[in-house]
Amino acid sequence: MMQNNTPSACDSCAHNPNTSLKKLGVDVENTDFVIALAGNPNTGKSTVFNNLTGLKQHTGNWPGKTVGRAEGGFMYNENSYKIIDLPGTYSLMSTSEDEEIARNFILFGKPDVTIIVVDAGRLERNLNLVLQILEITDKAVLCLNLIDEAKRHNITVDERTLSKDLGIPVVATSAIRNVGIQELLKTVDEVAKGKIKCTPHRIKNVPKEIDKKVSKIQASIESVYPGLPNARWIAFRLLDGDEDIIKAIEDGEFINDK
Amino acid sequence: MDKQNAIKNLLEQAADTRWEIGQEFHDKLSESIYQNAAQIADRTVIKEGQKGNFNIDRAIDRVVTSPIWGFPIMFCVLAIVLWLTIIGSNYPSQFLAFLLLDNAYEWLRAFAIDIGTPSWLSGFFIDGVFLSLAWVISVMLPPMAIFFPLFTILEDLGYLPRIAFNLDALFRKSGAHGKQALTMSMGFGCNAAGVIATRIIDSPRERLIAIITNNFSLCNGRWPTQILLGTIFVGQMVPESYRSLVSTASVIGVALLGIGLTFLTSWALSRTFLKGEVSSFTLELPPYRKPRILQTIYTSLIDRTLIVLWRACLFAAPAGAVIWLVCNINIGGESIANHLIYILDNFGLLIGLNGVILLAYVLAIPANEIVIPTILMLTVMTSSITGYGAGDGVMFELDSLGNTHDVLVAGGWTLLTAINVMLFSLIHNPCSTTIYTIYKETNSIRWTTLASIGPVILGFIVCFIVAQVYYLV
Repeated sequence: MMQNNTPSACDSCAHNPNTSLKKLGVDVENTDFVIALAGNPNTGKSTVFNNLTGLKQHTGNWPGKTVGRAEGGFMYNENSYKIIDLPGTYSLMSTSEDEEIARNFILFGKPDVTIIVVDAGRLERNLNLVLQILEITDKAVLCLNLIDEAKRHNITVDERTLSKDLGIPVVATSAIRNVGIQELLKTVDEVAKGKIKCTPHRIKNVPKEIDKKVSKIQASIESVYPGLPNARWIAFRLLDGDEDIIKAIEDGEFINDK
Repeated sequence: MDKQNAIKNLLEQAADTRWEIGQEFHDKLSESIYQNAAQIADRTVIKEGQKGNFNIDRAIDRVVTSPIWGFPIMFCVLAIVLWLTIIGSNYPSQFLAFLLLDNAYEWLRAFAIDIGTPSWLSGFFIDGVFLSLAWVISVMLPPMAIFFPLFTILEDLGYLPRIAFNLDALFRKSGAHGKQALTMSMGFGCNAAGVIATRIIDSPRERLIAIITNNFSLCNGRWPTQILLGTIFVGQMVPESYRSLVSTASVIGVALLGIGLTFLTSWALSRTFLKGEVSSFTLELPPYRKPRILQTIYTSLIDRTLIVLWRACLFAAPAGAVIWLVCNINIGGESIANHLIYILDNFGLLIGLNGVILLAYVLAIPANEIVIPTILMLTVMTSSITGYGAGDGVMFELDSLGNTHDVLVAGGWTLLTAINVMLFSLIHNPCSTTIYTIYKETNSIRWTTLASIGPVILGFIVCFIVAQVYYLV
């Protein structure tokens, strides 16, 4: 009858895992969007990566598993995505090689969306990195991973308040069991296309005198590079004497911001 | 230009301000970030029942990382894994040998004769390529299929960082980086992977130490050699009921010797060529996670076992062809292999090995996996072992480990030979993939040469000493 020809609501629903996600493995030429995957070590970034791309980046229960970065691709709702699995770091403010790789990619690679993977059971420690990333980019999604493990430890996270405080969408997942990945994809898709606008948290409580000076430098940076979304963070780095950033400013690497 | 001036001004302004604020900027900023994080976590994280489960993790950690129990437990875990591997791989090995060496091999030969294939052609492909492949599969596959899943389960469980934690103090005393414990553990899977993993060590000095010493972690390709020789030679020394225990102990002994050599060479390097400060780092002990057993078995079979086996086959096929050629091309009435073996034999016997073994190690530089198959092929083809045949009359009945033992004994092997091959398998040059990786990672021919030649020389010395002691006793 008629109904046979009409696709059921499930077939076209964004939550149906069979229709929307197509894993592309390493086929990442000319994708529509670029996604970065960042987070502390051992929070399951590589598991999320494997889930999305169908690749088998080695995962294991110890920090520092991912060396360098891995790339993969997937299709979601007719759009192709390239995703980069960055090495896990605790911070972006020191100068270890891993932190530089992660930092430089988010800063200069200008991903369309950054997925920040955090361990729900260790949120406070993980937020340290989240807050730093949110100074650099304003298109981010928080992937609250390992929720089942947190639950076993009697920890629950109020996702709505967290999302409000951070100013970015929060999706709870258990990547290892493929829970929440569809929701994550949908959210990433919406942020990439600008359907969700992020208003990321900016670091507060900086001592007044310092904050004033930071603001002045931030203003100068913005006058040299108008429209730069992360001038405040660059001001932070300049005041920390970050040689890479100084060089990037000299070379004008910040000019072509999207 | 205006832009250039603006940039110059900006950087000057930043430098001035930086000078005004001084050193404390970094700390103040970090403090603010931590405060922010704490505030947000406070509002959003709800803990109930006050982390009863966290204490279980901590209680386990207190035992497995304790100064008293840490090492014995590590030792026991390693022992159990190896023991299960040795016990478990015997029967499938027999079965595969029966299938591939007894049946398939004979069938192929009979088939080749039926359709009138010239003997050089069937020799090249069947006695050379097929035979070495069959050997690789029957000798390598069963221990790998048991060892890798077990190792992966340990990894998923979160035990590796605890090993790193236990070994940290020793590494620091050796003048190396504590993270070297992790790269060393990776080396137990694959040395090339272990060398790449040293990127987690920031200090170039400590990284070089980790790269050079990674070869002392017994890798995939060498575990089966150890397990096989430990089983058929060392295990045979004692009554049946103790065999698996003694075999296990001998393999653990070699693995522990490797760890000991890692410390020793790290220590020696950090006192000589690579002097410097030890850097500190924080090692996070991740929570214990329940491994997903089925998935682990699946992925470690697909990702590790089959990939390693595939690599072994890839190298074994041409190696088998080369072996057949050097055994069947004659110069002055003798095969090339025999010439080479004569040349190497005196030196080989002096250090408790023999010419066949040394030639096998040269032929097997591309992959450690094929050392034992190569030794078996060379032994069979160059010595006229009746029953197993040589040259044209190749006939194999290697359907059990006992027969492998017989072939080797017929090739002149003694307990000393087996022990020294086990030692030399631990202490010799890395495989060509690892050597290439070392070159790519260090970008230095000098360090690559040291990392490649150094272990061989050390191996010769160790084997020589063991042989002399053995001859005296």
